[in-house]
Amino acid sequence: MPGTVISEAMRAAVGSELGRRVSYPVSESDIRRWALAVYWPEQPPRLFWDAAHAAGTRHGGIVAPEDFNPFAWMCAEVSMPRAATEVDGIDPDRTELLLGIPGPGLKFQLNGGLTVEYGERIRPGDVITSVNRLESYSERQGRLGLMLMTVTEDTWTRADGTLIKRTRTTLIRY
Amino acid sequence: MTNQASGRPVEVGQEIPAFTRETGFAVWNRYAAVNDEFVPIHMDDEAGRAAGYPSAFGMGNLQWSYLHNALRAWLGEEVSIVRLSCQFRGANTKGMTLTVSGTVSAVYEDESRRYADVDLAIRDQEGNTLTPATATVALS
Repeated sequence: MPGTVISEAMRAAVGSELGRRVSYPVSESDIRRWALAVYWPEQPPRLFWDAAHAAGTRHGGIVAPEDFNPFAWMCAEVSMPRAATEVDGIDPDRTELLLGIPGPGLKFQLNGGLTVEYGERIRPGDVITSVNRLESYSERQGRLGLMLMTVTEDTWTRADGTLIKRTRTTLIRY
Repeated sequence: MTNQASGRPVEVGQEIPAFTRETGFAVWNRYAAVNDEFVPIHMDDEAGRAAGYPSAFGMGNLQWSYLHNALRAWLGEEVSIVRLSCQFRGANTKGMTLTVSGTVSAVYEDESRRYADVDLAIRDQEGNTLTPATATVALS
């Protein structure tokens, strides 16, 4: 296709795993502090910090807010196709460089947004696994010229395989 | 499930209660501390200006949390958020007042549950939309 920046190597890489993380067990304190931060300066809902109250809800105990991140600060395990330290974190070609293939060489990148489908809630004691994959490439002509849309899919599950959430993030490069 | 604030059943065209936050280091630093998001553009006005903004600016991820907070303020802490989607179109710089608002666009059901779709937006105090979003919540 003329004018495309999607190489054969990039097409062949669709579906590849970009990284896998395993969290430490989530604690009530992790959940409580997260809720306090995202609700500041108001008190967060009791479901996120009051065990006695949470026991009387349909959840039967404390759960994390859907937006909670169990991978902040440190993970119990991280694996990537290439060591993340080998790839510049803000390089627009980072996605492809992690896979060991040449990137499209575009100069600018933007977070185009995200879509999340939620499953079960994270509870204290859960160990969460994240698997991030390259889902698709597409292109269109925009105001700033040819724009490359890269969608990655990050799936979070509990140790028993229960789905926590599936996030599709669109990276726009031009 | 009914509107937490009014007790009314959820119906198309209904507006959800506004969720509002002032932007600045008091909220950004707390979020950085739980999400390990210590990025100069969120911590340092000079870094924000170097990126083309009048000051440091807040995390898109924190706006993402505010969208969830607004849905919980509307339908209660036990609301089941099925799907949420947003685009980040503008930066929230220091001293802004962000307001999450939303309108129910559809109410429907399948074999087991009732759902509502909601068109959401985070706007600044001038009414500029920083973050358009859509959500699906389960009502039963």
